[in-house]
Amino acid sequence: MTVILGQTFTGVSIGAVLLLIALGLSLTFGQMNVINMAHGEFIMAGAYTTYVLQKSVSDAGLSLLVALPVAFLVAGALGALLEWLLIRRLYLRPLDTLLVTWGVSLMLQQLARDVFGAPNVQTRAPELLTGHITVVGGADPLTFANSRLFILTLAVAAVVALSLTLRLTPLGRRIRGVVQNRDLAEVSGISTERVDRTAFFIGSGLAGVAGVALTLVGPIGPTMGTNIIIDAFLVIVVGGIGRLRGTVIVAFVLGIMQSVLEYSTTVSVAKVLVLVAIVAFLQWRPQGLYTLRTRSLV
Amino acid sequence: MSSGSSGSSGSSDFRGSGGSRSSGAFRYSRRKVVAGAAALAAVVALSACGAKTDEAGGSSDKAAKADTSGGTVRVGLLNSLSGTMAISEVTVRDSLKLAIDEINASGGVLDKQIRPISEDGASDWPTFAEKASKLIKEDRVAATFGCWTSASRKAVKPVFEKNKSLLFYPVQYEGLEESPYIFYTGATTNQQIVPALDYLKSQGRKRIYLVGSDYVFPRTANKIIKAYAKANGMKVLGEDYAPLGSTEFSTISNKVKASRADAVFNTLNGDSNVAFFKEYKSAGLTAKSMPVVSVSIAEEEVKSIGSQYLAGQLTAWNYYQTTEGDANERFVKAYKDKYGQDKPTSDPMEAAYTSVYLWKAMVEKAGSFDPEKVRAASDGITFEAPEGRVTVDGASQHIHKTARIGRIGTDGLIEQVWDSGEAIKPDPYLKGYPWASGLS
Repeated sequence: MTVILGQTFTGVSIGAVLLLIALGLSLTFGQMNVINMAHGEFIMAGAYTTYVLQKSVSDAGLSLLVALPVAFLVAGALGALLEWLLIRRLYLRPLDTLLVTWGVSLMLQQLARDVFGAPNVQTRAPELLTGHITVVGGADPLTFANSRLFILTLAVAAVVALSLTLRLTPLGRRIRGVVQNRDLAEVSGISTERVDRTAFFIGSGLAGVAGVALTLVGPIGPTMGTNIIIDAFLVIVVGGIGRLRGTVIVAFVLGIMQSVLEYSTTVSVAKVLVLVAIVAFLQWRPQGLYTLRTRSLV
Repeated sequence: MSSGSSGSSGSSDFRGSGGSRSSGAFRYSRRKVVAGAAALAAVVALSACGAKTDEAGGSSDKAAKADTSGGTVRVGLLNSLSGTMAISEVTVRDSLKLAIDEINASGGVLDKQIRPISEDGASDWPTFAEKASKLIKEDRVAATFGCWTSASRKAVKPVFEKNKSLLFYPVQYEGLEESPYIFYTGATTNQQIVPALDYLKSQGRKRIYLVGSDYVFPRTANKIIKAYAKANGMKVLGEDYAPLGSTEFSTISNKVKASRADAVFNTLNGDSNVAFFKEYKSAGLTAKSMPVVSVSIAEEEVKSIGSQYLAGQLTAWNYYQTTEGDANERFVKAYKDKYGQDKPTSDPMEAAYTSVYLWKAMVEKAGSFDPEKVRAASDGITFEAPEGRVTVDGASQHIHKTARIGRIGTDGLIEQVWDSGEAIKPDPYLKGYPWASGLS
């Protein structure tokens, strides 16, 4: 029983990581149809922000909390810059965007290497987050890692914030309007250019937040982005492009699948099975779990 | 160690981007997106696994003779200066250069100054073979020093054998190999893994769990560990492999925890170690209750994982920065003076440094740079290395080394807690161990 509960928690926590790294992408890729290969490097930027802040703020807990908004701004600014410099010129050419942003991601990786050095860097986690809480005691205790609970909370908070923004604020209305019918939005007096840039800012900023969270569980180095970008795209594609709900559900389903399969088989086999399941699923529903119905003609 | 570390090198070209450009349509088909994602995954996979080990012996059958005319002698330094292995291999190159500078300052070899020619293997195994061929044939070097991963060593082995040129390989590896043209100055299994198991056994930690990256070195090492365990009354409770570069270890650490093993034997490589140790600590596992013995974590890696997560854990090597002795004090001081006070020294760096001095001693004993004469002179050559006295075993072309178990401290340095007392004779095929008869 504790094994099942423990693995479910592990699955949920893997899902939370997936959700965090995919959330920003669900906005830029899902809503705006920009394949941003540099998304992983924005995550990296968030992680390095944590590292830099820790050099000036010595208290690990405080620096982590400060890092969250700062990383959001840093990664968001990078994203807005990328959008302004390159992506806005390529809105109608998705495959070109893919190549261009891939090039940008390589440049950002090299930049990180030049500035911070090729080896991984380390951050100190606050003591509180390196521990765990015991849910069921006894000989075979069920424990939840604090770092994972923190990431889960962060992921949920980010989803709620993003969905409230999209649903309730004027900005959210404009974004949804542009996504559903760009031309109609434009003739209605919405500056689609500004909406695009803002949406890109938020999406990239969320990548930065994910980067801060990842410092608690993984390595911080120039190549960390490339290791996670594929997973992020998988979540979006399976979830259905343009649907936040799909992203959330798929992140957790994939996380739980991975952890359960991994426990009963091996890491590699579990990865293969998950990918096979994804391929089969996309045969059945090529548009993903949820589809966006629009009245636009294209 | 001994094979590619983490992640993708991102060096391969972008292939199979699939299909035509969608013309002017803002919303392009989902299928295309999926195809794009699949192509992407394929690219990453392609660049992650090196291509076939292509032997680049070239066309001429004649062995290229080293050019030793004039006042200098050229040697090749073959290390990855770019790509995923650069982190580790650059430190080896620096260490080799230090040894060469010292030798030149004290008069060179056979009255010739050594001129190093550095080539970049670029973490790509066919490139290693190509560059090895270039060093031998164009630069006509007297010997080559370098390689790190087993994959790169296997790629260059036929090149050195075909051209009858010498390679000095400085990294611990999985054993079960001998080549007349390679000198192995890192540990083979009976100088690192077997002593580590002896140590665990002596501590009464007999129920162990194996965690490793999924490639040749960990799988071979674990085969040896299981054979040892069977013969020595130890129990292997579980065995898990993660793909290279994998950074999700919560399930593996759950499995390890549930097994209630006495110790974990870790052959993970690269970035995976960072994620593994973070998860290990979060799961409440400690160095006291269930120590992890690692064979791929040296001072440089400790720095990037963080001593917060590693303090108290064990490592198995032949050398630490803290190893006692005058030779090591000189080595550490010289290295730090040359490359920076914050730079640690590690086992592969020490083995690389030692390899240059061993070559010098062999050449001087032979009175010639000729590889055949150098080989013939190699048996019994000794050197007071930073790790202590090492002796070349002419038959296997490995060296006698002292095994050391260390404990990682909060300052990031590794403190020795046990050593084998004397230098262990190399036994790459484990012929001296009856339990290993079924291996190889």
